[in-house]
Amino acid sequence: MPDGAATAERPSEVLTVKDYRGDQKPVWCPGCGDFGVLSATFKALAALQLPKHQVVVVSGIGCSSRAPYFMSTFGFHGVHGRALPIATGIKLTRPDLTVLVMGGDGDLMAIGMGHLPHAAARNIDVTCIMMDNQTYGLTKAQASPTSFVGHKTKSTPYGVIAKPMNPVLMALAAGATFVARGYSAKPNELAQLIVQGIRHKGFSFIHVHSPCAEFYNTYDFYDQRVTEMPAGWDTSDLKAAMELALTEERVHLGVFYQAERPVYELQVRELEPRREEFDLARFLQERFS
Amino acid sequence: MPRDDFIIRIGGDTAVGGVISTGENFTQAAAHIGFHTFTFRTYPAEIKGGHAWFQVRISHRPVLSIGDGCDVLVAFDQEAYELHREDLNPGGVLIYDSELVQPREEGDGVVLYGIPFQRIARQELEFVRGTNTLIQGVLAGLFGLPLSALEEMVVSRYQRRKELLDKNLEALRYGYEYVNSLTKRDGFWLGSADNVSRLVVSGNQAIVAGALHAGCRYFAGYPITPASDILEAMAAELPRLGGVCLQAEDEMAALASVIGASYAGVKAMTATSGPGLSLMVELLGLASMAEIPVVIVDAQRSGPSTGMPTKLEQGDLFHALYAGHGDFPRIVVAPGSVADCLRMIVVAFNLAEKYQCPVILLSDQSLSHRTETMEVPDVSALTVVDRLRPDGVAPGEYRRYRITDTGVSPMAIPGLDRHTYVAPGLEHDELGHPVLTPQVHEAMTAKRFRKLETCRQEVDSPDFASRYGEKKAELGIISWGATEGSVREAIDRALAKGYKVAGLHLRVLNPLPREQLQEFLGSVKKVMVPEVNYQGQLAHHLAAHLGVQAIRVNKIGGLPFTPGEILAKIEEVMRDA
Repeated sequence: MPDGAATAERPSEVLTVKDYRGDQKPVWCPGCGDFGVLSATFKALAALQLPKHQVVVVSGIGCSSRAPYFMSTFGFHGVHGRALPIATGIKLTRPDLTVLVMGGDGDLMAIGMGHLPHAAARNIDVTCIMMDNQTYGLTKAQASPTSFVGHKTKSTPYGVIAKPMNPVLMALAAGATFVARGYSAKPNELAQLIVQGIRHKGFSFIHVHSPCAEFYNTYDFYDQRVTEMPAGWDTSDLKAAMELALTEERVHLGVFYQAERPVYELQVRELEPRREEFDLARFLQERFS
Repeated sequence: MPRDDFIIRIGGDTAVGGVISTGENFTQAAAHIGFHTFTFRTYPAEIKGGHAWFQVRISHRPVLSIGDGCDVLVAFDQEAYELHREDLNPGGVLIYDSELVQPREEGDGVVLYGIPFQRIARQELEFVRGTNTLIQGVLAGLFGLPLSALEEMVVSRYQRRKELLDKNLEALRYGYEYVNSLTKRDGFWLGSADNVSRLVVSGNQAIVAGALHAGCRYFAGYPITPASDILEAMAAELPRLGGVCLQAEDEMAALASVIGASYAGVKAMTATSGPGLSLMVELLGLASMAEIPVVIVDAQRSGPSTGMPTKLEQGDLFHALYAGHGDFPRIVVAPGSVADCLRMIVVAFNLAEKYQCPVILLSDQSLSHRTETMEVPDVSALTVVDRLRPDGVAPGEYRRYRITDTGVSPMAIPGLDRHTYVAPGLEHDELGHPVLTPQVHEAMTAKRFRKLETCRQEVDSPDFASRYGEKKAELGIISWGATEGSVREAIDRALAKGYKVAGLHLRVLNPLPREQLQEFLGSVKKVMVPEVNYQGQLAHHLAAHLGVQAIRVNKIGGLPFTPGEILAKIEEVMRDA
């Protein structure tokens, strides 16, 4: 297994936002919030001066999950819902790499929801950016797990019945050690959150309101409601973070919670102090004779 | 002449315990002084209690199969007697607890030894848990296994617990000497072996050993019978080797993380059974589409749905060959014995690395958990292959999915190569960019399938299609998986009876070794395909690819073929010919 220290290196020249941009043009609709998230991600990578070949961006299926194709880093556009376990396999075997997961509310809150609490509980050092447009854009406007109650779509012609998921609360409850919320219309602030998320040693969950201009335009809704974190916010208070996540009248942007906890990929390497080469003949003799 | 190749079967309730450990210890002791052994076990799917049985076939010559019926039946209770009496061969031996089992009048020259095992353990030894050791002593005395071989086993097991050690040794010796009070009336005696200490290994253990040798350093799995002990062994072994084992939250996460690990340059695998493979299917297609080497072990069990979790079946061949939407290549291999598990998992990793696609290794419940004696293989012959990397190609020139004659294109590894690319689930051009035109889809599908033809040329050899029997035959038997031993033994017996028969055992099922098969088919008049499944899945596969109309011999019910069953079929077919 490659040794992180040996491969991590500083680029010889300063990397700019342009360097992280891929040669494919984004296929998103005009006004899509995901443009803002992508540009914030570029800014964060440039701020951290991360060499392109040491970054892997993993995604699932959905509009936002196309992001890796528009970037010049390594990437993985997998299947619906499985971005987190793919990223888990990468990070567990290669702690030297910077691993981002980018996906939507369908990918992370519906089909792939089963993986989020486990990635958080294990505290894998992956930064998960959830681009929440509260609709299924790629399949043309069906309801999503974060759609508001009563939202009428082609798949819910009588309106959504289920209470929407609360991604920030979910991540906090599952044990994520960095939980933040951003807004695609505020890409500079979002870039700062992504920088903090990548710097954070542990599972970082960044919930981003990223409206769908085409099918569920919530820009006005969020423009009116987003607000900064309360003054003097204590990011170490989990209960307060949960309470704030339950607030419905305002949509707070910033870091809700941050804690230090050993990451899984390092703990798993400390289980056994001995290291040895595998020797088949010896192995068979020792165990089976 | 005493019989020196025979089968001992032990049956009882798992709530009382000791059935499996009695058999395992006896097997281990015999192997340690040079006997060849072949075990079979089956246990209930209940959480606690229920009937379990274990059998071992022992000989001083190599043992190929489970054999037919049993020669010695040890009945712990009445249920064991009722369930297995039918399988006791003529001239066999029934050993039973005389206070718990009431046998009926026996014919067929069956010899009975009734011994009050539990009462002896309780009253004479004052050690109720010593029943198993007591029985081992009796078996050793009756059938000629040196007491010292069993004593060594007991010492190594209890060396740190003096009191248990003494009690067990006492029980063992009591049983061994108890035999002196019996009159030996049966015809079974082990004789002497070559004193070469043999390894006793299960199929799952051989898979773990081979995978680690092949360089597997990431394993993820979700517990499922009969594959769980692969996960458990990997969890114990990998940390010391600098590897990582993950108990995943479900089978989709298991295969997804294996794909991630392999994408990141580390050889990786998962192990599951049919239900788990069903859940992994979408990711199977992803690994093939994104061209990522992964190895998946499917320890088949009886299906469909939850089916019979602790019983075997070769029912997942279609599943392995065809599962998934769209057309995509995957390689399917199947070992025939425990030693073959070790070799074929190395082959599986090598093929995955070379052809950058999923490789499924099909074993089954009987092979997973049975043990066979084997020797340490020639390690230098177990070559390990690594994937092609973009060495010498400038990052700007790199095309991850370059169309080549072999279908194989170099794979860059994040952090180690500067040749960045996006592994795509979408159809893509040579650079990996999504392109959904008919031309690209056609060219890329052909490229991916070309790897399978390149692979076929490599595996279309006697190494992976073993032929035995007559060069020209009236009847040819084509087999796969764990039926190998029973078929080989049946063919040997048929040849001895003068029948002109031949066998071809396939270790690679996709791509099929076309040339080996055609040569074989050209040398036999009729073809028979025995399989432990209902539909005749290999027969179907051969019909589809080679137009073979085989005589299908199918068995289901959770037990493997015995050589006698195959022989009976051979004789039936030859009679009709």
